[in-house]
Amino acid sequence: MLIKSLVAVFLAAILTENYVLSKFLGICPFLGVSKKLNTAVGMSVAVTFVMVLATAVTFPIYMYLLVPMGLDYLQTVLFILIIAGLVQLVEIVLRKYIPALYNSLGIYLPLITTNCAVLGVTMLVLQKVDSTTAYTYTYGHALVNAFGAGIGFLVAMVMFAGVRGRLENADIPKSLKGLPITLVAAALVSLSFLGFAGFVDKLIPLG
Amino acid sequence: MAKRSLFKEFTKGIIKENPVLCLVLGTCPTLAVTTSASNAIGMGVAATAVLVCSNAVISLLRKVIPDKVRIPAYITIIAGFVSVVQMLVKAFAPAINDSLGIYLPLIVVNCIILGRAEMFAGKNPVLPSILDGLGMGVGFTAALLCMGIIRELLGSGSLFGLQIMPVRILIFILPPGGFFVFGMLIMLANKLNERSGKKVKTSPCDGCPMSENCADKACEKTGKEAG
Repeated sequence: MLIKSLVAVFLAAILTENYVLSKFLGICPFLGVSKKLNTAVGMSVAVTFVMVLATAVTFPIYMYLLVPMGLDYLQTVLFILIIAGLVQLVEIVLRKYIPALYNSLGIYLPLITTNCAVLGVTMLVLQKVDSTTAYTYTYGHALVNAFGAGIGFLVAMVMFAGVRGRLENADIPKSLKGLPITLVAAALVSLSFLGFAGFVDKLIPLG
Repeated sequence: MAKRSLFKEFTKGIIKENPVLCLVLGTCPTLAVTTSASNAIGMGVAATAVLVCSNAVISLLRKVIPDKVRIPAYITIIAGFVSVVQMLVKAFAPAINDSLGIYLPLIVVNCIILGRAEMFAGKNPVLPSILDGLGMGVGFTAALLCMGIIRELLGSGSLFGLQIMPVRILIFILPPGGFFVFGMLIMLANKLNERSGKKVKTSPCDGCPMSENCADKACEKTGKEAG
């Protein structure tokens, strides 16, 4: 049951509740950094890394520190500060000890602080703890959800980089050039993800 | 003379430098909460309140905050005001709180607010900063309302919850409709700008406050590595 629900959370985060295409979180990097495949992948890996790390830190702090002390109204301020501090810390540690990884991911790290997908993942998972779903979210669910959200981000970015590669050579009307056609393409990619609606519930029936 | 320029600070955000349609900032809430016109107004008003307050405080503290830590300081100030607005909305407009959900606290990472702090409030006196925030907020609300009206009318055939059309094209209130309507609105803005001979935005990064240490640099660096 536990494994099943973990797989369900993972698949849902990638396909049916894709953070970019159905929740509109992290649109700026989605539109801005998806021009080339390698930058798209680098950005997504960095985002996945920070998402998992941020959830790993914020989830216990919220559950075991803020809620028992009745300080949950500090959530917004605390989470953004934790994420900002964490990103700085990761940058420093990577630069010092794993320079190879820093060279490939480090350039994306400063922008992730203000990436709403990261803050969104850490906050949305807490709403699932409160709400009455088929199963309660544990720490493990939260981490898997964050990892799935990151992979979902990666899938959306890579797919979209491919679509944009095609757009480069297309003959587009003048006023649609640039951002408008990119958004229309995003609409079509998002439409294709609507096809997954109900997929996870059918595949892994719970409760 | 001074009065006129203050007036200009206010009006520039509404049309000429509209944060959503011309600077292309704050795309996430623009796409997410515009499924109905009333949601759009709720989001717009909440963001405007945060924008005006944070602009005022940041402008007051602009000589105190050291340059090196200004971004974290700005984020903390903005997060404080977002928490206040969140509590007020929860207390006095619980319906709006429910429909905006997660996007209300996410005003913290709305790049319009950080962008105005970085580009305007950190360099200008209090009064112009407040007016700048107000103008940008009104521009943001207007753009959201525009999208909200189009999407609600086409997607659920109603306006502010009032049923007026018998047909509804559900796709417009689903995520793809959001992308599509936004694309069309930007096309319209581009067309109007083109006519008045202004430069057309081609990248969403052009107006972003973080763009300096962002995409361009990232592209340059990976380009160098590849080459």
